[in-house]
This record gives sequence, structure tokens and C-alpha cells, in this order.
Amino acid sequence: MKIPVLLIVALTSGTASADDIDVLKSVGPGSQGATEARAARDRLAAAGTDNLIPILQAFEGSSVLAQNWLRSAFEGIADAEIKQGNYLPKDELLKFVMDTQGSPQARRLAYEWLLKRTPELEAELIPKMLLDPSPEFRRDAVKRLLDQAEQASGDDAVGLYREALKGAVHEDQVTAVSKALRDAGEEVDLQKHFGFLTSWHIIGPFDNKEKKGYPIAYPPESAIDLAAAYDGQMGEVKWQQYVTEDDYGLMNIADEIENYKGSLMYATTTYNSGRSQDVQFRLGTPNAWKLWVNGDLVFEREEYHRSTRMDQYRIPVSLKAGNNVIMLKVCQNEQDEPWAQRYQFQLRVCDRTGSAIAPVKTTASAAKGSH
Amino acid sequence: MKRIAFLLLAAVAVSVNAADWKQFRGNLANSIAVGESLPTELSGGSISWKVELPGRGLSGPIVVGDQVILTASSGYNEDRLHVMSFDSETGERQWERQFQATGRTICHEKMCVATPTPASDGERIFSFYSSNDLICTDLAGDLLWYRGLGEEFPNASNSLGMSSSPIVVGSTVIAQVEADAEAFAIGVDAATGDTKWRIERPRRANWTSPTILPGEGGRPTLALLQSSAGLTAVDPETGDVVWDFTEGASTTPSSSVVNGRIYIPSHGITTLQVTADGQSFEQVWNSPVLSPATPSAVVMDGMTFSVNRSGALAAGDAESGKRLWQLRLKGPFSSSPVASNGHLFFFNERGVAFVVKPEKDGGTIVSQFDLEETILCSPAAADNALYIRSDGHMWKFADPF
Repeated sequence: MKIPVLLIVALTSGTASADDIDVLKSVGPGSQGATEARAARDRLAAAGTDNLIPILQAFEGSSVLAQNWLRSAFEGIADAEIKQGNYLPKDELLKFVMDTQGSPQARRLAYEWLLKRTPELEAELIPKMLLDPSPEFRRDAVKRLLDQAEQASGDDAVGLYREALKGAVHEDQVTAVSKALRDAGEEVDLQKHFGFLTSWHIIGPFDNKEKKGYPIAYPPESAIDLAAAYDGQMGEVKWQQYVTEDDYGLMNIADEIENYKGSLMYATTTYNSGRSQDVQFRLGTPNAWKLWVNGDLVFEREEYHRSTRMDQYRIPVSLKAGNNVIMLKVCQNEQDEPWAQRYQFQLRVCDRTGSAIAPVKTTASAAKGSH
Repeated sequence: MKRIAFLLLAAVAVSVNAADWKQFRGNLANSIAVGESLPTELSGGSISWKVELPGRGLSGPIVVGDQVILTASSGYNEDRLHVMSFDSETGERQWERQFQATGRTICHEKMCVATPTPASDGERIFSFYSSNDLICTDLAGDLLWYRGLGEEFPNASNSLGMSSSPIVVGSTVIAQVEADAEAFAIGVDAATGDTKWRIERPRRANWTSPTILPGEGGRPTLALLQSSAGLTAVDPETGDVVWDFTEGASTTPSSSVVNGRIYIPSHGITTLQVTADGQSFEQVWNSPVLSPATPSAVVMDGMTFSVNRSGALAAGDAESGKRLWQLRLKGPFSSSPVASNGHLFFFNERGVAFVVKPEKDGGTIVSQFDLEETILCSPAAADNALYIRSDGHMWKFADPF
């Protein structure tokens, strides 16, 4: 029943236009634009493979939601072509895949559909993608190097691991590479590789009994004054500097300070950005938290002890050129189970691929100022 | 006005086709396969087909007509969301579509983003994921609407993962999105993706799935939302709360409804009998000794069946709550069983299937078969066949003749 409908659409509307792609790009939250998007997608599908490249090009600058509509249009066309025994337009798609200015998601989509009929392309393309903007391509390229390194020995193996480390952005691969290099006597700076912020000023504990401190704006939320002293949960509290040596930037409050049950701490540091830019803050903590950047609350989450890991939260942040003041509120509850005793955080600054964005200079000295 | 509202409630139909298995724990979300004759001698000879799957998945299959629908998630961050359709007769993959998660994809390593089971109204597929992406496609895989609930409500997530499966009641897709930082239930128009209603829910991590109290006589169809606080009955069209059981309930196994009686995993099992007009309830019995662990309890032939943490199957009298007998199975179990043709079908986490024939005075394991892969999903039963999946494979079991 579907095919005749599509044929009628094609006959009546001709080839699909850029307008149809714009319709897909303009879908919004809720079900906003879905009705129009369905019709536009069907028109694009009816016009066939001519629309594949324009659809892929439209990924750039689109929301993930819109990309999913574009993906649906692309896959509908590509699936129909392959089921008819046809090849997709290889040269055009290949050119798009290799253009690193295109959307990483769109390039990967094109690549995977090309591989369905031309699997040998993998061996040709992936070795060129170690430093690709797409973390998925990087992952494949790093894996090839790791496989080669496992078969090599001595300086050859070290060279391959060093090369792999240049492209690795995923924790499991970086960990594997760094272990191999350290086993070979090489030095690896994982903090720098991942972009962890390792030097913090911390003040606390403040009262969080019965989790009532989470909404309370204690003095650091009004102004950060590293010389100030305040009434805390156990008496007077002052800012103290802590530097973590942990490979993964873990600032362990329970170990370094005390696991005060029903308490909260504030941690601050300064990130010097070479330019104004959009970055991701990637935070891991099992504790409830609030995050401010330059006095603006960028996200908060009241959840305790539902696990933690590196990159647990990805928070988009716009940095200004120069010093950016970061402040984190970290809250501990009063659960007494053994798995609910962690009081910690780790925070790194990276791009959307997970590659570290190094600061011009990071210090724990926060500028005095008001929130 | 009250009468009009009442008639509208009663008009909400629950579409049931015995040959389909359209959502988590079946068409009525109670794990009972009505009118099916499933193979009770599970063995290599009863495997009709076995197919490979991409990525990971704890979601169960659903069956719509001659299509078996399944979801999966893949990628280093598990942010690739897959929806697939297989020919139920041959196992041939008919189509696959992928989407990019818009919400958080962090999960406990035992779980994955494709943990909720999809649902269908017979014309559309509603795939739901731990990232709170609710994706509606038609039966050919074409996208009809997309709700990025993780993006719309970014604090409604759980770093251990979300597992609640949506249900379809009438023309409404109902999903529970409940976590410590934010919690709500939502009713979405199945045809358009528009929000019909959204209600606040107890802010507490919750992995249970909604259940259906089918309308009967003058009693309207109700959607039942379970949480640590208890069980809330809502009008599926409006989300209006009809009544509330507030004695607390589990946050892992879900409730079952059989013959108008509700079996809640609350302090063991607590049963409620809803009044004829559906507007209230009475507690019938409570039995602490029938407490289910992860799998939801099932009710068949006047008996309740629940599996505890040590893998013991406990049978209870559905009228009184009295424990009748126990049968040792080899656990642990995550998968909820299916009840059909006088038998119970269990799959433990190690991939061992148990077919149990329960009777009033005891239960017998009539067959046992090792799939040798981790099984965490709940099976589907349709067209006299049983479907089950691991991360890497899906199997169809049916009698060979």
C-alpha cells in the first residue's frame, strides 16, 4: 500500500526541494513539526538517491532531534535502494565521508551504509581517521593500531601505542594504551590527556542534614572570597586548596577532608580559556550537585548514590575568553549503606568528541566576585 | 458532566488480538498468553530460528501480525538506538532503523539503554529507551513522531539506567519516567505524539512498568502506575487520578491484573479488588511470603507465582494468599515469566529455560534447556511460539509440527 502512495506523491510534487529538508531541520520539542516532517520525509524518499547528499549535509547545525528525522529519510531511501539490489552513489558518499567539515554523525551514517555493499572500504578509510572529529571513526582507527601494537614488540610497539594515544578519546582505549606504555617504562599524563581540572579550593562542611542544605544558598553562592571564613556545620570553615594526583582527576572529599554525613562542600577553580568557545563540562559524582560558571547556575541535580563514573554528566557550557570561575556544590546525604559512602567529584573540559580542551592556565585561585 | 466523563472512560478499549504480543508482559501487561499453545518441551529441536542482533538489549520482543519487533542499543556510549523488524516465520530481518539518543545514556553495566520493551497499537511501534527517547515508527520502520523526553526533561534520569516499559491504552501511549531528581508519567497521543497529559510522580528511582486494569461492565479501563509510594489508578485519556493505594510497593517487579483483581508487589504481595464502578478498591489479602524479587508475579489457574532472590518459585492461592508450595529453580532471574496453556515459562540470567507445570499440590519442571547466553529480558508469546533474546541473539521456539 505504501509504494503507490509514494509514487503518487512523486508524480505530483516532482523532486523534493531544500524546503523539505528545512522542514525536517525545524522539528522541535514535543511533537512540534512532526506532521509536516512526515510529509516532507515521504517526498524526499520518493525522489530517491538524489537527495542523499543534501540530507547528509543538513545534519550540520541541526538538533539531534532533527538529525533523527534526517536519518530516517536517509535510511528509508538507502534501504529501499539496497533491497532493490542497487548500489548507493559511492563516489559522492565517499567524498562526503572524507570531508571532515561535515557532521560527524552524518559522515558515520554514510560510511556505515556504504559498508553494507562495500565492506572492503573499512580497511582503506579507517587508518586515515585517527584524528577525525568523529569519536566513532577515531575509535575504529585506535583499535586498528592497538591490534597492530599487540603483534609488535619493543620500540615498534611503543611507537604504535604512542600513535594510538594521539587519537584515543574513549576511557577504555586510553586506559589500555596508557597501561601498555607505562608497562614499557613510558610516562603518560592522563590528567592532561583527558583535560581534568585538578587544583581546587574547597570549603565546608555546611549543613545538609535530611538533605535540607541542597536548596540553601550558603555564603559562597553569593560571593567567592577565598580569604573569608564562615560558620559551617562543625564550626568555622575556610577555603583550603587541594590538588589531586589521581589519573582521572578524582577529588576525593571523603579521603582528603572527611565523609561528613549530611553535609555539603563548595569547590571552586578558575579555567583560563584562550578564546570564547562552547565546550562540554563532563562531571562524575555520586552526590547531589549544582554547578555555576561565572556566577550562572548551569545545571543542578538532586540525586544521591545512583552510581558514578567518568563523564557521567555532559553539560554544555559557553566560556568567555580569559578567566572563567567555576564553582561546584557537592552534597552528601546520610545513607549508611557501604555503597553510599562516596563523597567525590571529577570534572574535565573537552569538546563534543571528548578531546580535552586545555586551558591557557588553570589555577585554583578564583577571582573575587559576586554570584 | 460526570456521566459523560464516565462514558468516555468506559469507551477506552484495550485492543487484544490473541495472536499478538504487543507490549511488555503481553497485551494486558500481565504475562498471560491467552489462547496460545506454547511448546513445553524446550530443546534444540524446538528452535525454529535463531538470528544475530546488534549491540545490546534487555528489552523483550513484541509480536505484531507476522512481525517480531525488537530494540537494541550500541556504540561506545550506547547512544545508537536500534528498532528492528523480523519475519516471525523465517527470522529474516525485514528492516532496521537507527536513531541518536537525545537523552543520557549512562547505565549500570548490567543494564543497557535498550532495556524498556517497545509497545504497539497494531499500526505503530513505540520504542522507548533508558535515554527517555520515545520513538514512533510505522510497521515499515518510517518515523512518525519522536519525543526526546530526556531532552525535554533533562533531570528525569537515573545514572543506573531506566527500565520502565510503555503501554498503550486505547489511543494513549503511557510512560513512567521516574527518578530521584525528577519524576513524571506522561500520556502521549499514539497518532500524533502530542502530550495528552503529564502528571508529577513521587521523586524516587523506579524501574517498574505501568499496568492495565481492563474495563468490564460499567468499570472503566484504568492505567495503573506503581512506585515506592504504592499504586495509582489514572484515567488513561486524561491522567486524572481515580484512586491511590498508598501502602508502598516495590520499585522493581510490576503489578499484574487478572480477572479484575490487582496483585501488587507490596509487602510481599497485596491484592486489591476494584469496585464495580472502578472508582475505589478494597484490599483482599496480603502475603509477605509470596514476595517476588526482580521478575513480576504471574497469576494463572487460581494460583499466584513469584520467584524470590534465591530462585525459589512460590505458588500461592489466588483467593486467599496462602502459600501452597515452593519449587527450587536455578536463579538468579531478571526475566518475568510467561504463563500459557497451563505452564509457566522461565528464563534465568544464565540462559537456562525452565518449563514448569504447576498444580495445586506442587509444581514439576517438565523441560529445561540451556541457551548458554545471558538472558535478562522477558519473553514474548504469540502464534503458539515463544520468543526470547540475549544481547547477541534472538530465538523462536515452536513445536516442530
